[in-house]
Amino acid sequence: MIDATILLGELAYWQQTSLRVVGGLAAVLLIAGTLVYLHLFKLVSFMQSRLGPMEAGPFGSLQLLAEVGKFLQKEDLVPRKADRFVFLAAPFVVLVSTFLLVVVVPWGPDAWFVDSDIGIYLAMAVSSVSVIGILMAGWGSASKYSLLGGLRATGQLIAYELPLILAVIGVVIQAGTMNMQLIVTAQADGAIFGWDGIGNPYILTQGVGFLLFMIAMQAELTQTPFDMPIAESELVTGYMTEYSGMRFLLFFIGEFATAGVFSAIAAVLFLGGWYVPGIDSDDNILNVIGPLVMLTKVVGLTFLVFWFRFTFPRFREDQLQKLAWKVLIPVALANIVATGILKVAF
Amino acid sequence: MALVPGLIKGLGVTGGTLLRTVFPDGWKKPIPNPVKGAETVQYPHEKEAPPPRARGVIALHEENCTACMLCARECPDWCIYIEGHKEKAPPRRAGGKPRQVNALDRFDIDYALCMYCGICVEVCPFEALFWSPEYEFSEPRIADLLHDKSRLAEWMETVPDFEAYEAGAETKVKKVPPT
Amino acid sequence: MTAISDREKLSYIAAQAADARLNLELETEGMTLNLGPQHPATHGTLRIIAKLDGEQVISAEPVMGYMHRGYEKLAEVRTYPQVTALVNRIDWVGSFANEVPFILAAEKLMEVEAPPRAQWIRTALFEMSRVANISLFLGDMALQLGATTPAFFAFRDREHVLNQIEAVTGGRFHPNFDRIGGLKDDLPAGWITETKRAMRKMRQFCDEMEQLVLGNEIFAARSRGIGVIPADIGLSYGLSGANIRSSGVDWDTRRDNPCGLVHSELDWKVWTHPDGDSFARFWVRLQEVRESTKMIDQLLDGLPSGPIMAKVPRIIKVPAGEAYVETENPLGVMGYYVISKGDLVPYRVKIRSASFSNISIAPWLLKGVYVPDIITILASLYFILGDIDR
Ligand code: SF4
Ligand code: SF4
Repeated sequence: MIDATILLGELAYWQQTSLRVVGGLAAVLLIAGTLVYLHLFKLVSFMQSRLGPMEAGPFGSLQLLAEVGKFLQKEDLVPRKADRFVFLAAPFVVLVSTFLLVVVVPWGPDAWFVDSDIGIYLAMAVSSVSVIGILMAGWGSASKYSLLGGLRATGQLIAYELPLILAVIGVVIQAGTMNMQLIVTAQADGAIFGWDGIGNPYILTQGVGFLLFMIAMQAELTQTPFDMPIAESELVTGYMTEYSGMRFLLFFIGEFATAGVFSAIAAVLFLGGWYVPGIDSDDNILNVIGPLVMLTKVVGLTFLVFWFRFTFPRFREDQLQKLAWKVLIPVALANIVATGILKVAF
Repeated sequence: MALVPGLIKGLGVTGGTLLRTVFPDGWKKPIPNPVKGAETVQYPHEKEAPPPRARGVIALHEENCTACMLCARECPDWCIYIEGHKEKAPPRRAGGKPRQVNALDRFDIDYALCMYCGICVEVCPFEALFWSPEYEFSEPRIADLLHDKSRLAEWMETVPDFEAYEAGAETKVKKVPPT
Repeated sequence: MTAISDREKLSYIAAQAADARLNLELETEGMTLNLGPQHPATHGTLRIIAKLDGEQVISAEPVMGYMHRGYEKLAEVRTYPQVTALVNRIDWVGSFANEVPFILAAEKLMEVEAPPRAQWIRTALFEMSRVANISLFLGDMALQLGATTPAFFAFRDREHVLNQIEAVTGGRFHPNFDRIGGLKDDLPAGWITETKRAMRKMRQFCDEMEQLVLGNEIFAARSRGIGVIPADIGLSYGLSGANIRSSGVDWDTRRDNPCGLVHSELDWKVWTHPDGDSFARFWVRLQEVRESTKMIDQLLDGLPSGPIMAKVPRIIKVPAGEAYVETENPLGVMGYYVISKGDLVPYRVKIRSASFSNISIAPWLLKGVYVPDIITILASLYFILGDIDR
């Protein structure tokens, strides 16, 4: 993954493609695994004065493998009245959206899967694919809980797509590009009102945008203050109710990998991506430490996600929509206007 | 909606618990030690000691039991099974008449039925039954939960002494017979 | 206690009935959602048949009886000490409180009175079971609203109280410690200091809950104005305990009708809230836990010395007669109506359990709310399945 460009330049197309697929798989699974272990198993347990899994491996580090093994062994149940094909395909659709998301994220000056000029646009577009998967799951299960969950999820994801995109626009205006790679370099080489000691991570100049992005992201991920679709005390687990075994595992991986990937996008947009202050942004060493820097930032951001998730109760559906349409979207629009004016002024 | 203060305070509570769990010794010794900080106990490795009065399992002091059946009769779900017979015991004093005593043939408690109410221990007039706080006697087969006379007698070793009472109590502290 | 004139009540009920009929006539094809008997939100086996129009509830009907264990009938063939062991299991999270009214009723029939020390310890344990019970509610309601951590906090801190209950009674959940004429045993040495420490921990827990749940704007948005019970409706449905106090009715059996427990000798306050919504119910219960911990501190400070048992025969035969005693249990007013014919066993025991009445308001309360609010309302009404079905 690290020296992808150098390597890829000399390889045939199919070789490049398979390398990218393997790299993408590794990135998705690695992120999902790290997040589940670090946050879900450990930090959250500590928040609740307990230890989390301790038996499998030192400090329970192999628990994840045990869980995967458990899910793989389980019977893959399909409800009798379910729409079989839709039901079976849904988790893959959700996962595909995650895979498509991960490709646009740059991990170093030369470490990327796809260096697209419309990177962030592509990311926002494919992130909506998961809605289809969730709706498929909700409808295909032939269960009332699933259907309610799927419909809620659709309504919510569509509502929060808007503030998410609008929050991004501020960054795009400021950076002047939609290319993720260039957004990073723009932050690395930028300056805050003439002071360029740490570049210009947009969290400082786009603070409102960052807040909006984090809130909308929490909703996109259906994590707790916005977890109406899976609300286990009302809808059992919403659209996932009827799933078992491997397909449930896919949803699970999708959930956490998406959390990781969205955090990675947030890190690129607002925290300066793979860039660390003090190193020249074209330095080759960033190809090596860049991915690590990214991982650190992702872990930090996902910690916020899980911290919120395990602290707050959830909104009701109508309150959730109200928050999106009446608060987040106006604020995001105002933010865009303000950014535009400032951009012209300076 | 004034969203911020309450939400931030909530984050403070969970975040504070996180720090307290990871660094139980506070800031003077910032070494992560969640095993100490967590409130949970890693059960099979370390065990919490139940208080001496805990109703874990019933122990039988066979010498005291006269097979009077009081406990079996008072048990709310009739899970004590007693059979006994009369026999002659050597006289207490030399030259006396041989005494007639009741000997136990069978004394079973079915722990699959027992609801640990403690009535049997309380009604026994001869102090033959005692509570032991021991709790690890689960069995893979439900039939094995029927503890017979000898098994019940073994629990006697685990019976703790009765505790002293809090100031102001006038009840006398009872004694556990030596095994 | 606010009085309601009969005419007002009747006209209200008539209006309700008319309303229901109208709804029936206009009913389009909706959806019937079956919450339970196995559903994560009904903690136990309550089943709610909710007819939905979109996400709005047209009618909701609780179906109970999935956990009926027949305690009233069973009590007719069990001796008095055995009944004490049985009734432990009615409200299983605050079980000591279940024994108290039964024992008090039996004592009333036998005309014995427990010695003062026994009464004080009895009251302390009674209040401790309230703390153990309601602290679970505080975590549980937050859990129903989607916050997982408060539930873990509740289980963590409740353990301190349960440990203290176990240290004196021998059972964490089912103490079976109350006896006709006193208590089974005295307190073990060192218990008072430990309990005071546990009560400090519980007060800390209340503070945490206040910050984590009560002060949370999302929680307020979810529970304020949801499931409002006007005082007169609440009373006509027979609500009691914190459910009615949070509708502004200043009625607490502990203060108004103390029989056999020593609450009148303590310095404490009955908390009420004027709103009558889910938020108010949570708020009132939180204050009650705190008040109870203070009461326990006072009880332990003022503990008189003396014997623990009055003179009662070994074989308990209750003289013929009838007695009804009710106490303010964690879930509301719980009463036992005991009829004795002078036998070893009661002739009839009628149990008035709080949750049964509390849940009976559900169909009225759930009409017209949204599916997520069903959960809020049920959680805030706070019932224990065992207390409904018995
Ligand atoms: S504890 Fe209760 S249920 Fe168990 S054997 Fe004794 S009397 Fe019977
Ligand atoms: S244990 Fe006690 S009550 Fe039971 S038969 Fe023996 S002496 Fe009687």
